[in-house]
Amino acid sequence: MTELTCIVCPVGCRLKVDEENGYAVKGNTCKRGEVYGKNELQNPTRVLTTTVAIEGGTHGRCPVRTNGAIPKSKIFEAMDVLKKLRLTAPVRCGEVVLKNILGTGIDVIATRDM
Amino acid sequence: MYELAVIGGGPAGLAAAFSAYQNGLKKIVIVERDRELGGILNQCIHNGFGLHRFKEELSGPEYAHRYIEMLNDTSVEVKLDTMVIEITPDKKIYTTNPSGYEMIEAESIVLAMGCRERTRGAISIPGTRPSGVFTAGAAQRYLNMEGLMAGSRVVILGSGDIGLIMARRMTLEGAKVLACVELMPYSGGLNRNIVQCLHDYNIPLYLSHTVTEIRGTKRLEGITVAKVDENRRPIPGTEMNFECDTLLLSVGLIPENELTRAAGIDMDARTNGSRVYENMETSIGGVFACGNAVHVHDLVDYVSDESARAGAAAAEYVKGVRHKSDCALFENGYAVTYTVPQKLHKDTKAEKIDLFFRVNKVFGKSRIIVSSGDKEIAGFKRQFMVPGEMQHIILPVDKLREFDSIKISAEGEEK
Repeated sequence: MTELTCIVCPVGCRLKVDEENGYAVKGNTCKRGEVYGKNELQNPTRVLTTTVAIEGGTHGRCPVRTNGAIPKSKIFEAMDVLKKLRLTAPVRCGEVVLKNILGTGIDVIATRDM
Repeated sequence: MYELAVIGGGPAGLAAAFSAYQNGLKKIVIVERDRELGGILNQCIHNGFGLHRFKEELSGPEYAHRYIEMLNDTSVEVKLDTMVIEITPDKKIYTTNPSGYEMIEAESIVLAMGCRERTRGAISIPGTRPSGVFTAGAAQRYLNMEGLMAGSRVVILGSGDIGLIMARRMTLEGAKVLACVELMPYSGGLNRNIVQCLHDYNIPLYLSHTVTEIRGTKRLEGITVAKVDENRRPIPGTEMNFECDTLLLSVGLIPENELTRAAGIDMDARTNGSRVYENMETSIGGVFACGNAVHVHDLVDYVSDESARAGAAAAEYVKGVRHKSDCALFENGYAVTYTVPQKLHKDTKAEKIDLFFRVNKVFGKSRIIVSSGDKEIAGFKRQFMVPGEMQHIILPVDKLREFDSIKISAEGEEK
């Protein structure tokens, strides 16, 4: 049995996950908490948010995020990829700026107009 | 003459303006001192915004973008690069911007100036005055908008959400975050941020500790951290030294209310915001306040809800709705730091009101009690309550009207 704090939403439910019982989750107050509890002990994932360099924008950096969770173990590798990326304005909020990062099947999108 | 002037174009101002428009006002202006709308959301590039409001997990800029897009289809005017110098009780707004000085008149005003960070001066840390000591939000703006790293070996004082978010952010960008140090025996931030910002990156959190010395001449060279006793005084012999070039302060936010005070609006010493009624009206009729200028929120979603109420109430005011002075006061009972609203118009047409408050103790299984004198009006069960998480209850107005004073208190298992 492992105790976790759910990070799916700000409520932060205290979960109990039973590894010996098919990763049964207790203490969650929504379906997403159950999914989080099961994944966290088997294949933890996170949404990565960062910025990338942009030419010709109102600021020098454009905020981006993965449009889905990627394996937690690939976060730093993904940062290295995004450090090399250079965008040119204009970009639109929601526009894909990098497809299929590290072969995860997850795209990186801009999170503002610039 | 505008029907409504909104002071501040952050999340509170955007939601208030949009709501006023939806409620029938057409001549609305947002006055914003920055060169773009969105306020603090523009530098909050992390996700976690909008779960409640949009049922999606958005980053700060995306959340702002949703509101800016909504406003694009309205007649709401925006004045950027425009600083408000003074607001008068007769609703004249004096502003300055690159083209000069301008007076704006409005039938109603929504105050949505947000808040700012407490600085080193506010907490009096002993030591020298080198560079390298930043508020967490300043470092966040440098990094996320300008692309500049504040430093490479970092200690964070204060475990508020901005500090926690910056611990992760600086780590992702290659800095070594040595520790997060918190004076109180509990964290000031959301539990999810302790997990995903500190635990994920093995950053230790020292509760009941504080910074007792800052060293360095030109640049920060190191700090001393010590454990504190129950009176928050450093305990000799518990000192730890950290070699670091950066100290980020996440030690609280102060609602920004110079304009409010100068206008003579009643303030609440607990929140540092104006005292408001259930419709977010201040002590001056037709002047409303919302968002972090009223009380510091944990979640932007709640700022939007509250600000939408302020905008709707401003629209009612412009249409001629006036409240009688008969009101009930909300009082802080046991373990309750403040409540918002502080007052209830007894003649409100609202059936239910949203009441927000914070507790000043850590509770396990507990109850929130709404009472007047010996009479319990309502009770709410909680599995836990912590000071870092704002509490929200919904009260039926019918049950409150007969009282002049209503007390909100907490009881239960204290940790």
